[in-house]
Amino acid sequence: MKPESKPQWVDICSIDDLVPNSGVAALINEKQYAVFYVPTQTPSVYTIGNYDPIGKAQVLSRGIVGDIGGDLVVASPLYKQHFRLSDGSCVEDETSFAGSWPSKVEEGRVKLMVG
Amino acid sequence: MKNKTRLLVIGNGMVGHKFLENLVQSGEKEQFDIIVFGEEPHAAYDRVHLSEYYSGRSAEDLTMPTPGYYEEHGISLLKNCCVEDIDREKKIVLTNNGDEVPYDRIVLATGSYPFVPPIPGNEQDGCFVYRTLEDLDNIKAYAGKSKRGVVVGGGLLGLEATNALSSLGLETHVVEFAPSLMPVQLDPAGGAMLRLRIEELGIQVHTQKATNDITRVEDNQLRMNFSDGEHLDTDLILFSAGIRPRDELARKSELAMGERGGIVIDDHCQTSDPDIYAIGECALWNNQIFGLVGPGYMMADVAMNSLIGKQAVFKGADMSTKLKLLGVDVGSIGDAHAKEDGNEVYTWHNQPSASYAKLVVNKGFVTGAVLVGNAEAFDTVLQYKLNQIKLPDPPEQLILPRFDGGGATLSADDLPDTATICSCLNVTKANIFASIDEGAMNVSEVKECTGASTGCGGCAALLASVVNSELAARGVEVSTDICEHFKHTRQELYHIIQVEEIKSFNELIKAHGQGMGCDICKPAVGSILASVWNDYVLEEDHLPLQDTNDTFLANMQKNGTYSIVPRIPGGEVTPAGLIAIGEVAQSYDLYTKITGGQRIDLFGARKEDLPDIWAKLIDAGFETGHAYGKSLRTVKSCVGSTWCRYGVQDSVGMAIRLENRYKGLRSPHKIKFAVSGCTRECAEAQSKDIGVIATEKGWNLFVCGNGGMKPRHADLLITDLDDAELIRIIDRVLMFYVRTADRLQRTSVWMGNLEGGLDYLKEVVLEDSLGINAQLEAQMDSIVGTYQCEWKTTIESPEKLRRFKSFINSDAPDTTIEFTRERGQIKPIETALTE
Repeated sequence: MKPESKPQWVDICSIDDLVPNSGVAALINEKQYAVFYVPTQTPSVYTIGNYDPIGKAQVLSRGIVGDIGGDLVVASPLYKQHFRLSDGSCVEDETSFAGSWPSKVEEGRVKLMVG
Repeated sequence: MKNKTRLLVIGNGMVGHKFLENLVQSGEKEQFDIIVFGEEPHAAYDRVHLSEYYSGRSAEDLTMPTPGYYEEHGISLLKNCCVEDIDREKKIVLTNNGDEVPYDRIVLATGSYPFVPPIPGNEQDGCFVYRTLEDLDNIKAYAGKSKRGVVVGGGLLGLEATNALSSLGLETHVVEFAPSLMPVQLDPAGGAMLRLRIEELGIQVHTQKATNDITRVEDNQLRMNFSDGEHLDTDLILFSAGIRPRDELARKSELAMGERGGIVIDDHCQTSDPDIYAIGECALWNNQIFGLVGPGYMMADVAMNSLIGKQAVFKGADMSTKLKLLGVDVGSIGDAHAKEDGNEVYTWHNQPSASYAKLVVNKGFVTGAVLVGNAEAFDTVLQYKLNQIKLPDPPEQLILPRFDGGGATLSADDLPDTATICSCLNVTKANIFASIDEGAMNVSEVKECTGASTGCGGCAALLASVVNSELAARGVEVSTDICEHFKHTRQELYHIIQVEEIKSFNELIKAHGQGMGCDICKPAVGSILASVWNDYVLEEDHLPLQDTNDTFLANMQKNGTYSIVPRIPGGEVTPAGLIAIGEVAQSYDLYTKITGGQRIDLFGARKEDLPDIWAKLIDAGFETGHAYGKSLRTVKSCVGSTWCRYGVQDSVGMAIRLENRYKGLRSPHKIKFAVSGCTRECAEAQSKDIGVIATEKGWNLFVCGNGGMKPRHADLLITDLDDAELIRIIDRVLMFYVRTADRLQRTSVWMGNLEGGLDYLKEVVLEDSLGINAQLEAQMDSIVGTYQCEWKTTIESPEKLRRFKSFINSDAPDTTIEFTRERGQIKPIETALTE
């Protein structure tokens, strides 16, 4: 059991480490996050879980970013289901969630709110 | 089982086989205990395409039943076995082996024999007929020591035989009794045009020649002495002057016969003995013999239905034909000679392009037509005739060339439901609608369901128009848009990127799309950009377009790890290479397996280890195998003439050359090749996108085959190429595919959807009908010239290597990837998410 911790902003990398319109994985307290950089959108950074609940592997950061019916999504590289970057919900399966976490860019640094 | 009806099928040709196939498909076969008698040593084969036996198709390729078909369905085929007599009182037949076989019902499918005109001297050495595989073997053996060959008979069959002789490399002559070629199907003007075209090919045509006798002159040559006093010396004579029904068994059994031969049948294909049916070329219906396979198939269907107690009636058959003779398109419909009272004709002669068209009309309807040199109008005109569609105004537009790209095409809606769309397989418009009712959603699926357009393929355009117009009528939106971001097909996007010189996805979507793109359009555009400009796929602009496999240049497996496939061109690898691969696999503890494409797959590599693993493989001389890309995978080969006792060419050398040429080519889907060193075909080239099979003279090229879920036998594109020609033609085929195929469309499906099919592809890549071959070759040369091993480029760039780190904020490995062991190697364990 981990001690309850208060949510806080965690610095993960510089904005220059990200590739526009694609994702990276981040590791915080042994949990994996998928962080996406979409410079044309506001906000420009989105964070969902890296674990694909359908493919059952830590892969979502490696999917293709796009939009489906107006929603920003990432396509799972395993079986191609789409997960919304805004809330981690799955377009094809209402019962599957990847989870989502607040993230922001501050003075050129990318930060996630986890806890 | 007791009480089965004993059914004897006498004759195992195309029609006899079709009858058996129909019976199996009807689901009623279990009522019968079936014995088939075949006179030849082979099971039924495709006699219509017999001349292809000389251009690379083997006896097995021509065989109609798939291997094991008869056994699987409990049908006994007795080869080399003739029935010599039928005792209709005792209901037994007597075979040439002296066996007596009892029966309840008989189907006579004895076919026909070639008519040999009664010319004195026609049985000498060097005189042949053209009917069976054995005939072809004998002709080929004799042609080996001959220079000149003569075909007696300038009709349809005679010209087929001419094609065969000419493809054996003989100086070929045709001798015809009538004043012009194909006198039954063509009018004299059409026959003259055909003659002109054939003579251009170096074939010498002699019409209005009656042969008095054949004698032997010095040098052991044959001499044909004609009634006009002239003569022609030759080494070989091939009689192909029509057919006669094989009716001697029926005659001996005292069934009713026609005055000039043929077994009389009624509308149910029953002979004068109701327990005996006759079908195909041995049968005489309404005083007519039908010497085409289509009507024979119809009879097979009628006889089968009648036997199982269903109503079916043979009502005669349309004898219109369209075919390619010696490369010349010829079509004949109905009253080609305009003999009927009241018939009026329109004709169009085009001397420069050597084509001829004639339309015969009567009281506002089409009654006949002749087409030589260009038979594009055939389908439309035939539909006008068969369905009694009122002539368009003016009628001649049916046969005149289309100057504005418009012209008279028949709209699918004009046809009645009973209209036959595919006459080879007898598929009507109603059959096509039924297949759409059952869920077929496009032309390919309709083809698969109904068999339409899988015979000669001549109806492909009409079929597409019927299917698409019906789907549209049913409100099925036949959207060819690639996805919601682009209102274009892949082919259109390709064209836009090339013409407007677009170099990035962002440029393209800004100018021609909407939104941000998705996992459908991004990789498709990434692939087109790579095909057209051949940039490094991991440039920052292109990186977000790639599937994860392309992004990390490896194949993602179910647990998020990757597999690695070094290229092993042609499957040839040195012992040192094998050891290097083994050492890499051992030090990273990778699961190792030999693939179907003659190379080695290493599984279970972590993303962060990929660059180190590749650095070692590149050091050992390996390159990326592109197993992750929609691109050339492997060129499989057999060991070839270097080692094999049977090999006739160096298949490994050619495979390596081809693999090195096309490696890295990005395409709509993966591409697989194989090269076999002889016709034993150990590399299974005929199941590949590009298949190359060695011949004594060079290489035969097969295209658009597939294994996997939907196997497709590759089509023979061209024969006996030298190395340089082979590569040029593969360049064109591949580049044409890359340009025109849909996203994720393998070559087999592409071919299935290509209007005009194989003939069209031949026109484009062999005859340069679109005038693009030089472009296709130049584009391929440019891609080949800018090839780079993507892994080599990647490990040389520290910038790119950062992408392979497991986490952006940590160097820790991903601990959720876990393995157990099985048979001495790693095996992934599924990771459940734990909070």
